[in-house]
Amino acid sequence: MIPRQPATIGRPELALFLARFRTLVQYRAAAAAGFVTQLFWGVIRLAILAAFIDGAPAASPMTPSAIIAYVWLSQACFAMLPWNLDPEILALVRSGNVAGELVRPLGLYRQWFCRCLAARTAPPLLRGIPLLAIAWTAGDLPLPAGVATAAAWLAALAGAALLCATFATLMNVCLLFTLSGDGINGLMAAVVTLGSGLILPLPFLPDGWQRVLEILPFRGMVDAPFRLYGGDLPLTALGSILAHQAAWILILGAAGWWLCRAAERRMTVQGG
Amino acid sequence: MDPARGTDRHDGGSGPWPPPMAGRNDGSAPRQGAFHLYWRLVAISIRAQAQYPGSLLLLSAGHLVVTLLEFLGVWALFDRFRLVRGWSLAEVALFYGLVNLSFALAEAVGRGFDAFDRLVRTGEFDVVLLRPRSEVLLICGQELRLSRAGRFAQGLIILGWGMSSLGLAGRPEVWMRLAWAVAGGTALFCGLFVLQATIAFWTVNSLEVVNTVTYGGVETAQFPIDIYPSAVRAFFTWVVPLASLNYLPLRGLLRGGDPGWVGWAAPLAGFLFLAVSLRLWRFGVRHYTSTGS
Amino acid sequence: MTCAIRAEELRKTFRVRETASGLGGTLRSLLRPRYREVHALAGVSFALEPGEMVGFIGPNGAGKSTTIKILSGILVPDGGTCTVGGLVPWERRVEHVARLGVVFGQRTQLWWDLPVTESFDLLADIYRLDRARAARRRQELVGRLDLGPLLDVPVRQLSLGQRMRCELAAALLHEPGLLFLDEPTIGLDAPAKLAIREFLRSLNREQGVTVILTTHDLDDVEALCRRLVVIHHGRLLFDGDLDGLRARVTSERRLTVDLDGDLDPARLPGVTVVAREGRRLVLAFDPATVSAPELIARLAALAPVRDLTVEAPPIEEIVAGFYRGLDP
Ligand SMILES: Nc1ncnc2c1ncn2[C@@H]1O[C@H](COP(=O)(O)OP(=O)(O)O)[C@@H](O)[C@H]1O
Ligand SMILES: [Mg+2]
Repeated sequence: MIPRQPATIGRPELALFLARFRTLVQYRAAAAAGFVTQLFWGVIRLAILAAFIDGAPAASPMTPSAIIAYVWLSQACFAMLPWNLDPEILALVRSGNVAGELVRPLGLYRQWFCRCLAARTAPPLLRGIPLLAIAWTAGDLPLPAGVATAAAWLAALAGAALLCATFATLMNVCLLFTLSGDGINGLMAAVVTLGSGLILPLPFLPDGWQRVLEILPFRGMVDAPFRLYGGDLPLTALGSILAHQAAWILILGAAGWWLCRAAERRMTVQGG
Repeated sequence: MDPARGTDRHDGGSGPWPPPMAGRNDGSAPRQGAFHLYWRLVAISIRAQAQYPGSLLLLSAGHLVVTLLEFLGVWALFDRFRLVRGWSLAEVALFYGLVNLSFALAEAVGRGFDAFDRLVRTGEFDVVLLRPRSEVLLICGQELRLSRAGRFAQGLIILGWGMSSLGLAGRPEVWMRLAWAVAGGTALFCGLFVLQATIAFWTVNSLEVVNTVTYGGVETAQFPIDIYPSAVRAFFTWVVPLASLNYLPLRGLLRGGDPGWVGWAAPLAGFLFLAVSLRLWRFGVRHYTSTGS
Repeated sequence: MTCAIRAEELRKTFRVRETASGLGGTLRSLLRPRYREVHALAGVSFALEPGEMVGFIGPNGAGKSTTIKILSGILVPDGGTCTVGGLVPWERRVEHVARLGVVFGQRTQLWWDLPVTESFDLLADIYRLDRARAARRRQELVGRLDLGPLLDVPVRQLSLGQRMRCELAAALLHEPGLLFLDEPTIGLDAPAKLAIREFLRSLNREQGVTVILTTHDLDDVEALCRRLVVIHHGRLLFDGDLDGLRARVTSERRLTVDLDGDLDPARLPGVTVVAREGRRLVLAFDPATVSAPELIARLAALAPVRDLTVEAPPIEEIVAGFYRGLDP
């Protein structure tokens, strides 16, 4: 028997990630459509906010330029948010073929994490960059205030990508217990978009809610990086943002890994 | 088996060949009409969903909660700003309710078209084309999504709250107007699903293109359309006439000024949109390529 | 007499997206996708009389399924015309398919989650069948295909052989005069194949149903079809009976002899040894150079013969030889 790979994170994970990343980058039509979608939603969201603010400018919690930055950046990064299940994992679980995945020499959790990380990075790159380019040139999105701001934003964004992938993996693992993707998909979409500021920029929500949202993981996905970018949060906040992200990555990752093991054990007992 | 049938085939070339289907019910009894078949097919889908009633209930309840969460965004905005271009939360609740009722019904009824890209990708549409019935009927019959009762309930709750806040709940004439608007809106969203299915004949990525308009449209039309820039307004009035399902029927009712027939006539645009979509669909079917084995 | 099916110069081309390998290739195809044209049918013509049973053979990707799909009204050809029973399939789809039964070996037409009977009931509604007549027909098919024990089983639980028998019944409930079968015996075991062949034969003989059958199993063709059509690279390369195909490939015959003594085949001119197994010898010869009686006489003179048969080479070899001759 060929000895199993030592349990370190390394080559197989990277290979899996790259393979998936490459596949996703090929979905050209999906990217184009996604780009148009995000552009459209950006316009609509800004129009709605503008209509409300017009009537009572004093009630607005953010300056117009901060709002514009927030909306465009969040649209650009929309595909990074873990708002849906991996359709292929869904099909796998539905058809009962997931037992086949257990044969691979890599744990299910790691495999799925690699897939999810690719799914949370490739599409936003493909859609986000052109969207940002348009927003910078035509949509009066300001550039970051300086190199330090840009670097802090990118660091927070990297943390956000990892956090999103961890959360998405956890949701996909939950699928092993419920089997119906519809429910999880709907709940994910609602909670994630509301909690991360995609339905409304978080500062617009009532103050009482904000205190809860500060703690929840979703803040680290979109809201915090963008407020760094727009100057709504000072650079010194970077440390606490990264710590908040890291803590949630650990918690969600541990939960996902543990659930996944439980599901695997159940499957091997039942024979898939 | 009728032994004569086999022999007369060999005997000669009299009459058309092949003969008209022998087993056919020539009286075309009503039980085999389109509606009968639709219910026969849909009953299968309902039975399948009812096999796990707990899961169905949970799904619908979950859907209700999720869609109510969505409304929180609207509520939060009104909590802060009170009005949008003069419209109050109770008024906007009517717009919001109508769109969601229409969309929920369309998602329930038009699921076959919404999920049609899979049929094209896997080549299962072959089998539909082998049946001597309308493709549209067979596809609609594939699934009636009961879990959309969740969004439907949300729409009803929000609409009902808006109606009673505005003191309109006691006027049956208003309810009738709104029901007619919902019918037109359902047709409109079904038309969008048909369009999405039509695009699937050319590209495997039909979903996202049209989702921009469906989900984007739902989002947009949750507010009175006059709060948007003129380009958006024009698009949703003349291209995808979402304005016909709530803005036009409600404007006269809430603000006055429009003649009464506008509110009654507007939802017809939804049916027109569906008819045009179905025409395009027929054209698309000819471009179906099936799959290589 | 009118033709059941007439196809003229049918053409169908598919555009297939090419994906280059590697990250560079991925990015390149992202910016400028490449398409390859697959000429699935490059001009196919043939005609069928009512009551015929024809086998379509050809290697994978030859265009057999595409032909069937065009004849069924599923695909619209890019060029050429065809009429089936006087109708152009894709123009009068509903009327056309009402008189047609189709079975795809790779795809089920039954409702996956429903018991077989319910699928049949539903089909009776879809085809608007007269109740009494449908019940009689169904009973007949159930008897002939031995479906009795399967009727209450959900389709997903059937074995492939059982399912294929049900598919056949489902395709015939509405008493079509025309039946298309695309690889109906694929993946079936020998008894299942035999049962299906037997059924198809009687269907064709007794009820005069016109049948087109595509297959990879040449035994199907040999057992069922007097007429044989060979398709390759989207072209029709041969249309005739098995003997005609043999003649096109080889006139060779095989002589199998069991001997009671030893024989040096070199002493028989015009003969090659195909196989040798103990005292059994398989010899190939060309009747044009040496006739069979002549050869047997010479053989008997050289060694005592216990038993002997003369045959044509098996159909697999003929078809393989035919394909070999096509690809230079
Ligand atoms: N829907 C399709 N899209 C792209 N190519 C196809 C499609 N259907 C068939 N082909 C191609 O056309 C050729 C003929 O296919 P087919 O008729 O299925 O062959 P056969 O049934 O003889 O094996 C093959 O090269 C196949 O790959
Ligand atoms: Mg084939």
